[in-house]
Amino acid sequence: MQAIEFKNVSFSYGSEDGRSEVLKNFSLTIKQGSFVALLGRNGSGKSTCAKLINGLLIPNEGTVTVFGMSTAEKDNLFEIRKRAGMVFQNPDNQQIASIVEDDVAFGPENIGLDREEIKKRIDFALKVTGTEGFRDSQVARLSGGQKQRVAIAGAIAISPDILILDESTSMLDPKGRQEVMHVVRTLNKEKGMTVIDITHYMDEAVEADEVLILGDGVVKAQGSPDEIFAKKDIIAECGLELPRSAKIAESLKKAGLPLGDGILTKESLSERLCELLRKI
Amino acid sequence: MRIVAENLNFTYNKKSKFAVDALKDVSLTIEEGSFFGIIGHTGSGKSTFIQHLNGLIPVENGRLTVGDIDLSGKQKEVKKRYKELRAKVGMVFQYPEYQLFAETVFEDVAFGYRNFFPDAQPDEVKTAVFGALSLLGLGAEYLDKSPLDLSGGQKRRVAIAGVLVSNPEVLVLDEPVAGLDPAGKNELMALLHKLHDSKRVKTIVIVSHDMDEVCENCTDVAVFSEGQIVFKGKPEEVFKNVEQMNDLRLGVPVTSFLTDELKKIGVDIDTDFTQKDFIEKIASHYKNNK
Amino acid sequence: MLSDVTFGQYYPSNSFVHKLDPRTKILLLIAYIVMIFVAQNFFGLALSLLFLAVAVIFSGVPFTSILKSIKGIIFLVVFTALLNILFYAPKEGDTHLFWIIYLEGLFSAGFLALRLVSLVMGSSLLTLTTTPVSLTDGIESLLSPLKLIKFPVHDLALIMSIALRSIPTLANETERIINAQKARGADFDSGNIISRAKALIPVLIPLLISAFRRGDELGDAMDARCYSGSKVRTKYKKLTFGVRDLVAFLIVCALIAGVILFNIYGAQLWALIASLWS
Repeated sequence: MQAIEFKNVSFSYGSEDGRSEVLKNFSLTIKQGSFVALLGRNGSGKSTCAKLINGLLIPNEGTVTVFGMSTAEKDNLFEIRKRAGMVFQNPDNQQIASIVEDDVAFGPENIGLDREEIKKRIDFALKVTGTEGFRDSQVARLSGGQKQRVAIAGAIAISPDILILDESTSMLDPKGRQEVMHVVRTLNKEKGMTVIDITHYMDEAVEADEVLILGDGVVKAQGSPDEIFAKKDIIAECGLELPRSAKIAESLKKAGLPLGDGILTKESLSERLCELLRKI
Repeated sequence: MRIVAENLNFTYNKKSKFAVDALKDVSLTIEEGSFFGIIGHTGSGKSTFIQHLNGLIPVENGRLTVGDIDLSGKQKEVKKRYKELRAKVGMVFQYPEYQLFAETVFEDVAFGYRNFFPDAQPDEVKTAVFGALSLLGLGAEYLDKSPLDLSGGQKRRVAIAGVLVSNPEVLVLDEPVAGLDPAGKNELMALLHKLHDSKRVKTIVIVSHDMDEVCENCTDVAVFSEGQIVFKGKPEEVFKNVEQMNDLRLGVPVTSFLTDELKKIGVDIDTDFTQKDFIEKIASHYKNNK
Repeated sequence: MLSDVTFGQYYPSNSFVHKLDPRTKILLLIAYIVMIFVAQNFFGLALSLLFLAVAVIFSGVPFTSILKSIKGIIFLVVFTALLNILFYAPKEGDTHLFWIIYLEGLFSAGFLALRLVSLVMGSSLLTLTTTPVSLTDGIESLLSPLKLIKFPVHDLALIMSIALRSIPTLANETERIINAQKARGADFDSGNIISRAKALIPVLIPLLISAFRRGDELGDAMDARCYSGSKVRTKYKKLTFGVRDLVAFLIVCALIAGVILFNIYGAQLWALIASLWS
């Protein structure tokens, strides 16, 4: 079974005359256990997509199913949200309680777990996200990166199979971003969690198993990072750009250096460049 | 206007148990005409520093002069010049779109102008508002729109226009491109360069987390860490400190990383770390040695 | 950096009083208030104040912090005291001092003022030694019998907890917007009341917009974390009474008994003191 499936989904905000159609006849499947990066310019419908997955929004047409359960069925929503956790963009707008531990407990309390189990869940969530040290701290005193890690802890305390990051790193500094992405990668690699990372950072997309580009309400391209970043016209057309190292590699190639294809990270660029220049 | 800070110190929540030394003996000169990059993590003191520049945080200890205004003088005297100072040193905060409040774009942009020049005639206000908006590539069709109906990128430009309207000589921007998509980022950076090149704004100071962005755009750089300046100078000097910058977990531009890696295998490239220069130097090295 | 100002006035410590169950403290405060109002003479009040003084000592909170709490009501206290002195209805046998002032009037005004001051000091000891969070928990737990009559105790507590959580964020936001508008030449410090109020519009509107946006996002975040009202919801933190709480209760019971005794035998005590004096 697919983790997530969008079938011919259309969605528009506003009145019935379809003031602004965000998604048009949109189809998509996401495999369980994969790390998917969702790219697209502001307003391309990425966040809408995320909110359709856990039923915060319901499609006007078509269906969204999570592990076979349709989000259009109200009775499914509780179960769907148990299985698809979400972390939002603004670190300040997600915590319900003032104290970290109480906040992480919010989800498990909502699904009616008993105290012992909640405590286990909190212990686990804080450990995985490296926030044990803040257990009794006030949320307001944490840095942005720490708050987002607490938000992830809050989401995974429900032990979901899917974690959706809706531009969760966009308001963080590089250190905070690294911290958060490290946690997310661990969850994906070691716990087998399906991750959907909505982001503006091309460097995050490079590390994904699969990259999706959204534009004009449809999926413009879908494939491995290598495949996607080889499609330069689509990248430009959708208001995106190549990862920095890829851009430099392109320019170097144009200047006559035979570096070969598929350079997306600074490590691979450095490797090829050193190899080439060492020979001469 | 030249900005000179000497041994600037500042402590938040003095006397309480939450006291934090935000600035420790910070000395820095920002020359007129520079495109200055300020780097540092959240809490490194960079925000505290820039808020000193237009008197939002009063000088507690040390010296600070902005043009001919001595901000470290008697606070009573200094306060009288705040308005003049703030008109000359424009400050754009993070996510400036959150400060928009008026019913129309025109009114919002005019707010700053009317504050600074209370005697301005309606014509003058109009000219100033038109001018500021057009500098940011926004035409007359936006004037009567509600700021709330604009897209994120447009809102941000309206907010910056609201600061530019008083014709500041220095423009300070705290992470101006945060949260924008790549296309939006490039557009905004290009606009800032246009402002700077045309001398509409003589000095631009940006706070950024993005080393490549700073390296590509700035003439000078200062790196803040734990309330102190750890490096300052031209980007090509600062970004030579690859190891230290990595230790600070700030990192370096890709070009400087590559130059450092090449050095390790005995290939010395003398570059200023801008992508253009780096590529030229590598290409010529390759051609000459092939 | 407004967020660094601890809201409420919690004084962090690990004292006996701090460690009491919040419900105990709320109940003790109620008992203390009852004591103050039941007391009909200075002996009863003195006993209540003695109790407060001992509690303060055990809490480790400096007396100055307690005294500071009176600052806010000093006007009210003086005002009511004056009214009491000036409008005292003299009874037969009262001692007339001068003009319309009677000794008994002074006494009753002093008594009332002391009552008010004791009341405020006691309440402030509660907020000084209890975090807003555990105060909310305590109130929720104490009100829980109201669930029987379908009173939404839980939702109320959740609202309080979210409000508490939002204070530092909103304080930060306010500071940011004020700075942004100041940078655009806004002046909040000069002019008359009307122009000052007007100057706040550019702060209040963005703040309101942002509060709505925040509320919207928070709602989504709660939904995403399976919030569906209080039906299935369990509670992680359970409050438990300890020996400490029992001790505190016993002391208070004894004190209330003392106050009642003073009420009954107050007149005799006066007489005794008076005879000893002469």
